[in-house]
Amino acid sequence: MQDVPENIAPSRAALGEPSAGNKRGVRRSRLAAFLDSDLLHSFLRSKLVVVAAVLSVAIMGAAFLAPLIAPHDPYDLKSLSLLDANTPPAWEKGGDRQFLLGTDDQGRDILSTMLYGTRSSLQIGICSVLLASVLGLSLGLWAGYVGGRVDAVIMRIADVQLTFPSILTALLIDGVALAIFRHHSLDGGKFWILVLAIGLSFWVQYARTVRGVTLVERNKEYVEAARLIGIGPLKIMFQHILPNVLGPVLVIATINLVLAIITEATLSFLGVGLPSTEPSLGTMIQVGNKYLFSGSWWMVAFPGLTLALLALAVNLLGDWLRDALNPKLR
Amino acid sequence: MVAKSMLKSAAALVVLGLVAGTADARPVKWARAGDALTLDPHAQNEGPTHNVLQLLYEPLILRERTGKLLPTLATSWKTTEDDPTVWEFTLRQGVKFHNGSTFNADDVVFSLERALQPTSDMKGLLTFIDKVSKVDDHTVRIKTKGPNALVPNYLTNLYMMDKEWAETNNTVTVQDYKEKKDNFAVRNANGTGAYALVSREQDVRTVLRRNDGYWGKGEFPLGVSEITYLTIKSDATRIAALLSGEIDFVQDVPVQDIERLEKTPNLKVNLGPENRTIFLGMDVASPELKTSNVKGKNPFADKRVRQAFNIAVDREAIKRVVMRGQSVSAGVIAPPFVNGYTKELDALPKVDVDKAKALLKDAGYADGFQVTLNCPNDRYINDEGICQAVTAMLAKIGIKVNLVAQPKGPHFTLIQKSPPETDFYLLGWGVPTYDSHYVFSFLYHTRSGKDGTWNATRFSNPDIDRKIQSLNTEIDVGKRNATIADIWKTLGDETVYIALHHQTLAYAMKKDLDVQVSPENAVHMKFIAAK
Repeated sequence: MQDVPENIAPSRAALGEPSAGNKRGVRRSRLAAFLDSDLLHSFLRSKLVVVAAVLSVAIMGAAFLAPLIAPHDPYDLKSLSLLDANTPPAWEKGGDRQFLLGTDDQGRDILSTMLYGTRSSLQIGICSVLLASVLGLSLGLWAGYVGGRVDAVIMRIADVQLTFPSILTALLIDGVALAIFRHHSLDGGKFWILVLAIGLSFWVQYARTVRGVTLVERNKEYVEAARLIGIGPLKIMFQHILPNVLGPVLVIATINLVLAIITEATLSFLGVGLPSTEPSLGTMIQVGNKYLFSGSWWMVAFPGLTLALLALAVNLLGDWLRDALNPKLR
Repeated sequence: MVAKSMLKSAAALVVLGLVAGTADARPVKWARAGDALTLDPHAQNEGPTHNVLQLLYEPLILRERTGKLLPTLATSWKTTEDDPTVWEFTLRQGVKFHNGSTFNADDVVFSLERALQPTSDMKGLLTFIDKVSKVDDHTVRIKTKGPNALVPNYLTNLYMMDKEWAETNNTVTVQDYKEKKDNFAVRNANGTGAYALVSREQDVRTVLRRNDGYWGKGEFPLGVSEITYLTIKSDATRIAALLSGEIDFVQDVPVQDIERLEKTPNLKVNLGPENRTIFLGMDVASPELKTSNVKGKNPFADKRVRQAFNIAVDREAIKRVVMRGQSVSAGVIAPPFVNGYTKELDALPKVDVDKAKALLKDAGYADGFQVTLNCPNDRYINDEGICQAVTAMLAKIGIKVNLVAQPKGPHFTLIQKSPPETDFYLLGWGVPTYDSHYVFSFLYHTRSGKDGTWNATRFSNPDIDRKIQSLNTEIDVGKRNATIADIWKTLGDETVYIALHHQTLAYAMKKDLDVQVSPENAVHMKFIAAK
C-alpha cells in the first residue's frame, strides 16, 4: 500500500498490476500477485459476492451461448407458428414440453427468447459502457491534464448533462438518431443507435471521476519527471496517468453495466428500443405487460425475474469491487 | 340489534339520498389508447378525432348508433322540386354556439366552404358539391354537380363552426395537419355540441362540461355532466385504471382482457361489430421501393407478388390468436354494413404457402426480398400484434419484413404525405356513408385534388377513376349498384390491398353506465342516461 498512499485510486498491487517503473518479471508476478492479493481474499470471504459472481457468470454465459443452447431460434420468423402462441409453461395445464417456460403472444418460446434477449441486452450494455468509458476517460484525462479553458468547457457540458436524468438524454439521442435514419432500412442499425444513445448519456460520470484523479496525479513527481525528459502530453496522459485512474473507472463501469442494461430495457419497454421482432428483455417485459390481466403471467414474470437477478448480481459485484478497491475502507 | 339495524337503514337512506342527489347527472372518466389528432373540425377525417369532435361540434345530420339519420342542426332536407341537383336544408332555430353567438345559415355556408379547402381532409367527402348558398337565415342550398341521392350520408361528420369566431381567431383556413401546421382551432373549440371544452392537453386529457344552453335539453337524456377523456396508451394501465375504479369507461378493451373484465362483478363489457376493415396496403406503382433491397424495380408492381402476399397471410390464425376470436376475417376492404358489399367479394383466399413461393419465383424473387412494414401501435385493436404476425407469415415465403411500429400521428403522416413515405403499411378504414363510393374515392381513386387522399398505394386507373366519379351523379340506384359491383370486380383482380379482418369492438364500463357499441365507434354521450 505504500506506493500510492495519498490517492483514492486503488493500489496497483491490489489490482495485480506492476507499478509503472518496474517492468521486470511482469508475467510471473501478475498471477502470483493476484492469487495473493487482498482482492481475491476479500472476494472469497464474502459468500454473497461469490453467489453474485456465480449468478452473473451463469446468466452471461447462458446468454452468450444462446445460439448453442436455446431450444428454438426466436429471431427466425419462419419457424414461428401463431398456433403455438400463449402456451403456458410446461408444468401448467395446457403446457407443452417443447416450450419449457411457455410462449408469448406470437408463439415464440419464452426460454429461447430470454436467452437471445439477454444476449442483446448484454451486448448493448457492454458496448455502450465501452463507448461511455472510452469517451469519458479521454475527455476526463484531457480536461484534468490540460486544465484551463478546455477543462472549463468539457466540465460545464458535463454539468449541464448531469442535470438531466440519463434516461431522458438517451430518449433524446434515440429520437434524433431515428429521425435522421428514418428513410434507411434499420437492419441492425437500431442496435448501434441504442449503444450510441445509452453510451452518450453515461459518459459524464467517467469524465468527472477521471478528471479528479488526473488533477491529483499530474502534479506528482513521476509526471513531472516524465515531462522533464521531454515525453509528449498524450504519452504522459495515456501511459503514465491512465493506469492510475483505471481502478475507479472499473468500478463505475461495473455498476454502469447494470444501469445500461436497465436503460436499454426501459427504452425497449417504452417502445423505442429493439424492434418487437427481435426482442430484448425490455421488449419482452413490454409485451408481457399487456397480458398481465389475462392470466398469461409467464410472459412478463420470467424476463422480469431474469432482468432483476442480473441487475442484482452485477450490482453486488460492483459494490464489492468499489469497497475492495478503496484503500480508505481497509 | 334493533338499534344496529336502524343505524344500517339510516346509513342506507343516506346512501340512497346521495345516489338520488346525483341521479340526474354524473361525471364520466373515459379512457382510450389514442387521442384526437386535432380539434380543427376539418383537418383530419379520422375516427378518434371525430369521436372527440362530435361531443363539441355538431353536423347538420347525425348518424345514430342504429344507423338512422337524425336531424340535428338541420331539421329537414329535400331536393327542390324543379331541380334534383339542388338540396335544401332547413336549419334548426334557437341554436347557440358555446360562446353565445347564434347559429345561422352563414355558419353553414362558411363551414362547408372551409371543409372544401385544399388543406381540409374532409374535402374527399364533398366532391359532389358545386356550390353552397344561403337562401335566408335558416335555409341553405347545396348545388351538386349531378343528381346524387346520397348527399345526407356525406354530411354526418361535417361539423359546423361559428363564422365570426373563426374570423376573429384567424382560423378561416384549415390546419395543414400533414405539414405539422397549427392554428387556434386545433386546441380550442366553439361548437353547438352538448359538451363544451374546459381544458385540453393533447395526448393526455381533455375535459368537457355539459353545455347548459344546449338546444337538445329535454330531448336527450344528457345524463353525463362532465367528461374527462384520458389518453392511456398502455393496455395494461388502461385496464388497471378501470379495475381500480379510477375510470368509468374504456372504449378499446384489448381482446385478451375481455374475459377477465366480464368476470369482474362491478364491470360489464358490451360487444359489437364496427363498420371498419383492417388491411395492408402496398406501393404498386413507384419505380423503386425506398426500403427494399431490390433496386431498379418495384416488386409490388408485379401482381404475382401481391397475390403471393395475399395467400401467404393466414387471416383465420390472426383472428383466432391475435384477435382471440373478436374479429371477422375479410377478403375485401369494405365492411358488411356497406352498400356494394357481397359475401362473394369477402370470400377468404385459401392460404397456400407453396403456391405463394411459386408465384414469387415466377416473378423473379425466388429468394424473396426485404421491405419495411409501417404499422400504428395505438390505433386499431392489437395493431402491432397483427403486424408482427404478418411479418412472421411473410417470412415463411422468404420475405424479410422490417417492422416499424409507431403512434398513429406519425404513421398517418407517412400515408397522407404526397408522395407517400411508406412502401407497405397497415391501415383501417371505416365507412360513415355506408356506401362503397367512400371506399373507392379515398382508397382507390388516383391521388389528385380532393380524391385519393388516403390512397398511399399510388394505384391509378383512369377507367376506374371515371367510374368512381360517375357514382357521384348516377341517380338510378340499379345502375349505380351495377357500377359499384363492376368496380369491385376489377379491383378484386388487382389485389392492391390485402384485407385482414372487419374489426369487432369491445367497450368496458362500470355497471351503472350503459354505453352501447356504435358501428362507427363514436360515443354520442348525450344519449347516455344517468342511472
